[in-house]
Amino acid sequence: MSERVDEVLRSKLQQQGVWVTSMQELYNWGRKNSIWPLQFGLACCAIEMIATAASRYDIARFGGEVFRPSPRQADLMIVAGTVTKKMAPQIVRLYNQMADPKYVIAMGACAISGGPFKQGYNVLKGIDRYIPVDVYIPGCPPRPVALLHAFMELQRKIDEQKLSGANKAAHLDSEQPSEFPVPAFGKHDLEPPANPNVFHPPAIERA
Amino acid sequence: MEELVQIKARIEAAVPGSKIEMVQNAGPSKQHSLRVDNEHAYDVAKWLRDDPELRMDFCSNVTGVDWLDRTVKKTVKVKKVVDEVEKEVPETTEEKIPGYLEAVYHLYSMTIKHGPVIIRMRTADRDKNVCVPSLTPVWRSAEFQEREIFDLYGIRFEGHPDLRRILMWDEFEDHAMRKDYREPDDYEYEPTPHDEVLEKAKAHYVSRPVLDGAEKISAEDGSVNG
Repeated sequence: MSERVDEVLRSKLQQQGVWVTSMQELYNWGRKNSIWPLQFGLACCAIEMIATAASRYDIARFGGEVFRPSPRQADLMIVAGTVTKKMAPQIVRLYNQMADPKYVIAMGACAISGGPFKQGYNVLKGIDRYIPVDVYIPGCPPRPVALLHAFMELQRKIDEQKLSGANKAAHLDSEQPSEFPVPAFGKHDLEPPANPNVFHPPAIERA
Repeated sequence: MEELVQIKARIEAAVPGSKIEMVQNAGPSKQHSLRVDNEHAYDVAKWLRDDPELRMDFCSNVTGVDWLDRTVKKTVKVKKVVDEVEKEVPETTEEKIPGYLEAVYHLYSMTIKHGPVIIRMRTADRDKNVCVPSLTPVWRSAEFQEREIFDLYGIRFEGHPDLRRILMWDEFEDHAMRKDYREPDDYEYEPTPHDEVLEKAKAHYVSRPVLDGAEKISAEDGSVNG
């Protein structure tokens, strides 16, 4: 069976009261409309995240209102704020404790690159050094609508995930890691400073 | 509030043996301070807190200062006899001042509503003799700030009830706010580097491959083969 149902055929069938879908579509539809974020905030971005969850912006419209205080029950980690080097091992540990399938949104300049603290001694230059990030939101801090946009992008991403085949979703692939090594506190920096299996900075070629 | 000179004189009278030095602030704020010798610092602090006219009961801020080794050049015009004629000749003297660390306390009075009185203490050097007495027994509010100074500047506060690092992890060995501290080099990816960051990022640059037209360029990712 083809992955997508022919749209014309589907609408014609729907007029007759028959709803045709695929297992993959149903599975992804269920998951993308019930993303439970992990309830934690690190800095000022967390205030925007709270605003997103409150009545004015209302993330519940997208099925993401159930902020869980336990990583065991969460699907989405919103890294909202500055990740200090002292906090980074705990973030990775929380990510490891989340059950598959799990997703990460890096919210704000600090979480994606260290932001204004990039040259400091105590701030991690982006959480993508240790865990894979699905959606990046720039901004300092990003407005709630930006977080909603990222949320919708994530939903789109989930909707496109395959259940089988070579490109199947990472959580269905037993070869793909679900946990990542927790960095240790070193004498001068975190050890290792980045996980080479996760962090692939684009090599900038300059003459 | 009385003048700092008066406070200095009264401290010296009240705490026998104490050596107080006026440290002038040349800036527009003119916030001069008193340098207290480490031996009598605790007694001086206690006196400042309890003196009925001062009542410095609130230690609002404690901070550290790192002073590197420095040479001070002074040019003085000296009268000299040159060729039997008396002339004014400029003479430069160099004074080498070894580096030290400083802890600075800003004191206010909540009862009388005046302040600040600023006192500072110096360590002997920047390497091994980095001890100053803790003033946490006098002002409880100094506890976390002294820990912060211990963490970031490496001053050891003798008599502190719980001297541990407060911001960095316990295994960390450097003192990040010292002027000779160098942060770890992780500048692999800098999209728009400039100034100092540019210098650091250059060490990670990949040189551009030289193309002569004979290579096969992959259409997918633009990588060059052969």
